[in-house]
Amino acid sequence: MKKKKFSFSGLYLGIVFAVMYLPVVVVVVFSFNESRLPVSFTGFSLKWYQALFADDDMLEALKNSLLLGVGSCALSAVIGTLGAVGLSRLNWKSKGIMEYISILPLMIPEIILGMVLMAFFYMLNLPFGMLTLLIGHTVFCVPYILMEVKARLAGMDPALEEAARDLGASGFRAFWDITLPLILPAVFSGSLLAFAMSLDDVVISIFINGPRVSTLPIKVYTQIKTGVTPEINALCTLMLGVILLALLFYALVKRLQRRRTGKHGRE
Amino acid sequence: MEKDKKVPYIKRTSSRRKKPGSRSAVWMILPLYAFTLIFVAGPLLYVIALSFTKADGGYTINWSFTLENYTRILEPVYLQTFAQSFQLAFTSTLIICLVGYPFGYFMAKLPPGKKRAAMLFLMLPFWVNSLIRMYGWIILLQKKGVLNFILQKLGIIEKPLSILYSYPAIVVGMVYVLLPFMALSVYSSAEKMDWSLVEAARDLGASGFQAFWTVTFRLTMPGLLSGIILTFVPSMGLFFIADILGGNKIVLVGSLIQEQMTKGNNWPFAAALAVVLMALTTLLIVLYRRITHARELEGIG
Repeated sequence: MKKKKFSFSGLYLGIVFAVMYLPVVVVVVFSFNESRLPVSFTGFSLKWYQALFADDDMLEALKNSLLLGVGSCALSAVIGTLGAVGLSRLNWKSKGIMEYISILPLMIPEIILGMVLMAFFYMLNLPFGMLTLLIGHTVFCVPYILMEVKARLAGMDPALEEAARDLGASGFRAFWDITLPLILPAVFSGSLLAFAMSLDDVVISIFINGPRVSTLPIKVYTQIKTGVTPEINALCTLMLGVILLALLFYALVKRLQRRRTGKHGRE
Repeated sequence: MEKDKKVPYIKRTSSRRKKPGSRSAVWMILPLYAFTLIFVAGPLLYVIALSFTKADGGYTINWSFTLENYTRILEPVYLQTFAQSFQLAFTSTLIICLVGYPFGYFMAKLPPGKKRAAMLFLMLPFWVNSLIRMYGWIILLQKKGVLNFILQKLGIIEKPLSILYSYPAIVVGMVYVLLPFMALSVYSSAEKMDWSLVEAARDLGASGFQAFWTVTFRLTMPGLLSGIILTFVPSMGLFFIADILGGNKIVLVGSLIQEQMTKGNNWPFAAALAVVLMALTTLLIVLYRRITHARELEGIG
C-alpha cells in the first residue's frame, strides 16, 4: 500500500514539473522550426537565428544588455562587498536599518521600484538612458552581493583578520590580504546572480530606459505584445542559453567554495 | 550545537577589541550608505512626498499639500481596480495552494538524492526570464497554438478555444510564475517536520487521513501561510502578466500605475497608488515575519 502511494506522489511531481517546463521547451523547440507557425515541427532550421543576427536593432539591444549587466554587476560588487565587510566590522546603531533599506529593492514590487526611480531620476534631471539604467540595475543588484558576502563572512573565522591586525596590518591591508581572498568566491557568485538579474530585468528597465535606449528584455517585451514570431523564439532561446551559462558558472563557483570551506573546516 | 554556542562568545570579545581601529570600516561602508540613502531611500521618500502634491497634469510639480490623490483612489473606478487585483490575487493564490501544497509535501517525502534533483528543477525556472516563460504560454494557448491544435486533432473540440487574452490566461500565468514560492515554502516546513509524530498518531490508531489532518497539516501550516503571503504579495504587482497574457483587458493596480506614469501623466496619483500598494505589501510582509518568527518559536526546526 505504501508503495502505491509513493508512485502517486511521483506521478504528481512529474506532471507538475512537466507543465512547469513545457512553455520553455516549446519556445526552444520552435526556435529551430522551419515553419513560421508554431504548431507543428516541420523541419530543423537556423534561419531565425540568422534573421536575428542580421537585425541591427537587436544587436544594439544585446550590446546594451551586456554592457549594463557587466557595469551594474561591477559597480554593485564594489559597493556590496565593501559594505558587507564594513557592516561586519562596525557596531553602529544605524546598521540594522541601513541593511534593511539596502535589501528593500528585493522586497518591494518591481513596478513600484521602477516608477519610484523614474520619478526620482526625472526630478534630478538625469537624462533617461544608459546612465539611469545603470543606476537602476545597481539598485537591485547590490542586495544580492550584500547577502552573499554577508553569509560568507558569517562563516569566516574572525581570528584570521585579527591576527593580521595584531601583526600591524592596517584595516585596509587586512581586508585586501586576508578578508578579500577569503570572500572572493562569494563576491563572484553574488556578481553572477546580479548579472543574471540585470540581464533578466524588464519591469524596472521599462520605466527608466528612455525613448531611444533598449535592452534585450525590453525588445522581447515590446515584440511579444505585437504577437508571436519565430525570431522571438530564437532570441528567447539565446537569452536562455546565456542565463544557463551564468548559472552553470555560479554552481561551479559554489562547489569550489564548498570544497574550500571543507578544507579549512572549523574543526 | 555546542560549536554554535561557542562562536558568538569568541566573536563578542574580539569585536570589542577591534573597535578602536575601525576607521577603515567607515570608509568601506561609505559607498553603501551613500548609494542606499540616495538611490533607494531617496526615491521612496520622494514618491511618498509626491503622492501628497497637487496633480496638474503637466511635468512640473505643484508643491502644495493635498490628500486629493488618496481620496481619488476611493472613487469607484479605482476601488474596482483594487478589488479586481485582490480578486485575481486571491484566485491565483487559492489555486497555487491547491497545487503547491501537495507538491511541497510530496517533495519533502522524496529520498534525499531525488530531493536534491527536485530542488534543482524547482529552482531553475526562477532564473529563466519570466517573459520567456510567458511567451511559451502564448505559443501554447493562442488560437492557432499548440493546445488548440492538439485538442482539435484529438477531436475534443471543434472550434479553437480563445483562452489567450482572457481572465483564465492571466490566472494561468500568475499560478505558473508564483507556484515555486509556495512549493518551496511548504517543502521547507514539511522537510523540517518530525515524521515520527505522524507514526505515533498512526500507532495510536489514527487513519492515514486523520494523521495527516491532525498532525502533518497543522505542523506544515506555517509553511502554507508564508507561501500564501509570498504568492499574494507579488501577484498584486505583476502587471506584465496581465499585460501580455490578458491583452490589457483586465486593469490591475500595477497596470494602472504604469498607465498613469507613462500615458496618463498624472505622477502624483501614480505615487499615491504606489504608496497604497506598498503599504499593503509591507503589511503582508510584517505578517509574514510574524508567522516565520512564530514558527521558530514553536521549535519545529
